[in-house]
Amino acid sequence: MSDWRPSASLDTIAARARLLHQLRDFFAARNVMEVETPLLAHATVTDPNLEVFAVSTDVVGTSPYRFLQTSPEFAMKRLLAAGSGDIFQISKAFRKEESGRHHNPEFSLLEWYRVDWDHRMLIREVAELICEILGRTGWQVWTYRALFQEHLSVDLFDPGIGRLQLLDIAHQRIGDIPPDLDYDAALALLMSHCIEPAISDWGVVFVTEFPVSQAALARTMAVDRGTVAARFECYVDGCEVANGYWEQCDVAALTAQFLADNEQRQQRGLPVRELDQRLLTAQTEGLPDCAGVALGVDRLLALQTGVNSLAETLSFDWHRA
Amino acid sequence: MANFSTNEFKSGLKVMLDGDPCSILENEFVKPGKGQAFNRVKMRNLKSGRVWERTFKSGDSLEGADVMDMTLEYSYTDGEFWYFMDPASYEQFAADRDAVAETEKWLKEQEQYEVTLYNGAPLAVTPPNFIELAITETDPGLKGDTAQGGSKPATLSTGAVVRVPLFITEGEVIRIDTRSGEYVSRASKS
Repeated sequence: MSDWRPSASLDTIAARARLLHQLRDFFAARNVMEVETPLLAHATVTDPNLEVFAVSTDVVGTSPYRFLQTSPEFAMKRLLAAGSGDIFQISKAFRKEESGRHHNPEFSLLEWYRVDWDHRMLIREVAELICEILGRTGWQVWTYRALFQEHLSVDLFDPGIGRLQLLDIAHQRIGDIPPDLDYDAALALLMSHCIEPAISDWGVVFVTEFPVSQAALARTMAVDRGTVAARFECYVDGCEVANGYWEQCDVAALTAQFLADNEQRQQRGLPVRELDQRLLTAQTEGLPDCAGVALGVDRLLALQTGVNSLAETLSFDWHRA
Repeated sequence: MANFSTNEFKSGLKVMLDGDPCSILENEFVKPGKGQAFNRVKMRNLKSGRVWERTFKSGDSLEGADVMDMTLEYSYTDGEFWYFMDPASYEQFAADRDAVAETEKWLKEQEQYEVTLYNGAPLAVTPPNFIELAITETDPGLKGDTAQGGSKPATLSTGAVVRVPLFITEGEVIRIDTRSGEYVSRASKS
C-alpha cells in the first residue's frame, strides 16, 4: 500500500505555501486584519443543505456535543459586532457527506468581511484577488435571472414559471431527474447540470441577485420588476469558488430565516438545530452594515496549479487522512 | 437486502434500479454553491448490459441487489440451458441463452468462468481473458509466408471463427484474447 504518501505532489504542496503567503499579502496591503476563531463550537448552522460533524466532549460542566464549524461565519460576525472592523480568516471548515472531485469533507476556507460595503463592492475585490492569484485579466457579472434567460430561455420573474415548469425544462434537458424536487432543488439541478457546464469556458463569472428563496444569510432588495437576494457566487472555468452576501443585519429577519430552515429540516427528517443565541444576541447589539464572502482555498489552488481534483491539492485527502 | 445511500455508491456496488440489478461504475458528487446536492451516477444494467446515467438527490438510497460473482466450471449444454458447476460444492447452475449470450462461442468444458448470480440464478457469464481452443477447420497454410502478416479464417472447436496467421494448421491449439476475439499465439506445449 502506498497510501501513506501525500495525495498532492510536492510541487503542489509548495504552491499551497506560496498561495497562503499571497493571500495574506493581499489583505495586509488592504489593512484587513487576520483573525482566528474556534473550530469546535456550541452551535452550528441551520442550513438544510449542510450536514455537520458533531464531536462528543466529555468535559464536566459542558454540553456533551460540539460542532466542527462548516464556516467561521458566525464567530466572525460576533467579532464584527464587537467592533473588529475589516477582518479575514484562513481556516479549516468541515462539511459532512461532501466528498467528490471538487469536495473534501475537511477543506480550507478563506473568509473575509468588509464593513460599510455592499455585495457589488465585494464582487470587485473578489475579482481583483482572483485575477491576481490566477493571472486572469477580466471578469463578468451576470444576474441569476439573466443566466437562466441566456441558457435556458426561461424568465424566473415570469409569474407563470414555477416548480412544475422548471421540472419540465429539467426533464427535457437532462432526461431522468430525481422525483420530489422542490422549486429550489429544481433550480439547483438546472444550475449544476446545464448552466455550470455552459459557463465553463467563460473564465471568471459572478452570478448575483439570487432568488429570494436562496437568500440564505443575505439581505433581500428590490430591483426592477422584482425582489432578489443580495448574494453572489463566483465561478472560475465553471467551478464554483466563492459565495458572498451583503449581510442580513436585521435580527428579526435572520431569526425568521433560521426558523424556516429548521422547519425544512423537520420536513426532510433531518435533526433540528438549536439557534446560535450568541450570534443572535450579537446581532441584536448590532452587526455593522457589511458584506462577507467565503472562498474555497483548495479549489483556488487547483485552478492555479491546473490539477483536476481537490485531492491533488491536499497533502492527504479524505481517504488518506 | 440493505439499502445504500448515494454517499456509499462505489464502483462495483450492486443495486436495484427500475426492477433491474445494476452495477455502479462512477459516482460524481455535484453541489451548486449552497443548494441541494446531487449525485450523478453511471451504472451498468446487469441484465441488458446497457450503461445508464442517472441523477439522484444526495442522501437518497437504493436497495442493494442480491448479486454475486462466482467462479464456476462449465460442464455441458442440453441446447436450452448451459450447465455450470461449483468445483468446491459440486452445486450445479443452469444458465439460459440470455445469460450466456456472446460467451457461448468461448465455452469449453472444464474451463472456469465468472458467473454473475442474481437471486441465485446465472445472470451473466464472463469468459477468462485468454482461452486455448483447437482449430477444427482452416485452409492449408502457404509455405514461405511465415514472416509476413497475412491471415486467414479458422473455425474453432466451439464454433467461433477467428483470423489466424497463414502458418497455423488444422488441429493446432491456439490462444485467443476473448475481449477482442483475436488470435494471440500458438498454445504453449505442456
